Amino acid sequence: MAELSYREAIAAGIAQEMARDPMVYFIGEDIGAAGGVFKATVGLFERFGPDRVRDTPISEQAIIGAAMGAAMTGLRPIAEIMFSDFLATCWDMIANQIAKTRYMTDGQVSLPLVIRTANGGGTRFGAQHSQSLENWAMAVPGLKVVAPSNPADAKGLLAAAVRDPDPVLFFEQKSLYGVKGNVPDGEHVEALGRAKVLRDGKDCTIVALAAMVPKAMQAAEKLAGDGIQATVVDVRSLVPLDTKTILGELSKTGRLFTVEENPRLCGWGAEIASLAADECFDDLDGPIVRITTPHVPLPAADVLEDAAMPSVERIVETVRKSMR
Amino acid sequence: MIAKKPTTGEVDRATRMRLYQLMVELRDFEQRAYELFLENLVRGTSHLALGQEAIGAGYGVAMRPDDYTFCTYRGHNHTLARGASMAAALAELMGRGNGMLHGKGGSMHLTDVKHGAMGSYAIVGAHLPIAAGAAWSAQVRKSGQVTVCFFGDGTTNIGAFHEALNLAVVWKLPVVFVCENNLYMEYTPIESVTAVKHPAADRASAYGLESILVDGNDADVMYDTARQTIGKARAGGGPSLVEALTYRHGGHSRADPAKYRPDAEVREWMARDPIKIYRPRLLEAGLGEAEIKDVETRAQQKVDAATEEARNGPPARVDEIERQVWSDGSARWRN
Repeated sequence: MAELSYREAIAAGIAQEMARDPMVYFIGEDIGAAGGVFKATVGLFERFGPDRVRDTPISEQAIIGAAMGAAMTGLRPIAEIMFSDFLATCWDMIANQIAKTRYMTDGQVSLPLVIRTANGGGTRFGAQHSQSLENWAMAVPGLKVVAPSNPADAKGLLAAAVRDPDPVLFFEQKSLYGVKGNVPDGEHVEALGRAKVLRDGKDCTIVALAAMVPKAMQAAEKLAGDGIQATVVDVRSLVPLDTKTILGELSKTGRLFTVEENPRLCGWGAEIASLAADECFDDLDGPIVRITTPHVPLPAADVLEDAAMPSVERIVETVRKSMR
Repeated sequence: MIAKKPTTGEVDRATRMRLYQLMVELRDFEQRAYELFLENLVRGTSHLALGQEAIGAGYGVAMRPDDYTFCTYRGHNHTLARGASMAAALAELMGRGNGMLHGKGGSMHLTDVKHGAMGSYAIVGAHLPIAAGAAWSAQVRKSGQVTVCFFGDGTTNIGAFHEALNLAVVWKLPVVFVCENNLYMEYTPIESVTAVKHPAADRASAYGLESILVDGNDADVMYDTARQTIGKARAGGGPSLVEALTYRHGGHSRADPAKYRPDAEVREWMARDPIKIYRPRLLEAGLGEAEIKDVETRAQQKVDAATEEARNGPPARVDEIERQVWSDGSARWRN
């Protein structure tokens, strides 16, 4: 085990896969000598050279289109979109082209590619550099959607995404880049589509994603002090979705809370709530409660942003009130 | 200046016969597609390329079998020009289970990867960056493959066109961008919505590329242009941007009778029909009337046979709906 930051784990994951497979190429803005604006790709350019780690112009459609064309014809590209907000400038490439082409051609084309992007708030950047929009991706058939919550998963899930034969949108939560954690030594690969139970409790199940996972864990500690024992599940992958684990953990406790950074409407937790209502109705002992950012663009000022995003206090209060 | 003659010498007889045969086949196919609309056997929409055959044929004949074609929703001819099955294409238009995409793509998405036809893309401009990506892949794999990307004049006003051109030049990619300027972006004259007279050729200099403006209705010119631009890309000389002037005989799509086009303009272009102007040239070159007739008869027979095969196909299978979202063949999103 080595202690790495989330950003170092990302770079380690990319390096592991580029060393393993010569068909893995990496493109994006400022990813080369600059090492990425979040310093999540430091050292790759020096190690793998300018052909395999290639800087692009500010041309998101060209970046994602190039990744698609390359994936159709034998490469396994990783493309970086600097901020997930910028996905909107190339959403046609992602939602209309990458997601649909395999299906429309009835399997003539495979698209083994990864789109990495810095997602989410907590950095006071304002509404065009802070969105949490993994639910956009989840809504498009044909995209796999992954969002790690810790350094070990950052490396292991990224490696799994690169090896996956289908397109993966890989959401790195930018407020986690500096967080440190133990990462297994040597080759580390996780499986896509497996949620992880991080904490066992008998009273309720809290399901969270990415930056909301450490908050849910802290909230669970506090709730334990009040005598409420919470299970915490890290969703990790929205598509494929590990409904077995999530609904299984719900059935054990009878109560379900989701903690979502996305704005309210059609957040990923809504789908989980719908599945729970549909398939676990008899196991439920109370309402399903979603804890989300309100349905607003994320504001910039620290006091506003902190109050808008789900906080440890809000999770604790919401669960406590609902469990009364 | 519009290039109206090949610049690298006469096209040989065998190639001319091949070009003629292909153009006639593409023409007959599109005519048949139109007739099948009228019979209500082809549903949805379709964008025919009647009158634009010389471009797809010129490039089709000049390409290596492993080269890549990317085209648009007006892409029947580019796909067939690579050797794709006519029966499978017609069946796809008719929503049959023996369709090229088993009914999951339709007219606007014909794709035949095993013949290098890497897809027909129905969002204007989207396939230019994708074509650049295929060229990037060929470049780093050192495969010698060239990518040819066809698009209409309207595409030159969308951002993806400019992003792709810039990237292709900066990375010196083996790709040829072919703008088929048929004078109308959908229903609107292209010159009324474009800052320059020649929407592609006049913008080539912005990317440090040679301005190439050619007669897209002349199969010899198109073949010659194809050979030169593909040759340059294959030799490592980087991308080209070609503007080929042409005219569609019909409207933008099935829904469009094209009443907005002046009669004189239509007459002028119909007189310059690529097949009509090529036939006398074959006779002048010493090919016999019987030989030419034979090509025409065989093309018609080929389309008839394809129609029969497509008509006799079963309806698309309902169990296809939840197949091939993912590489394991499934549509599963949960466990």
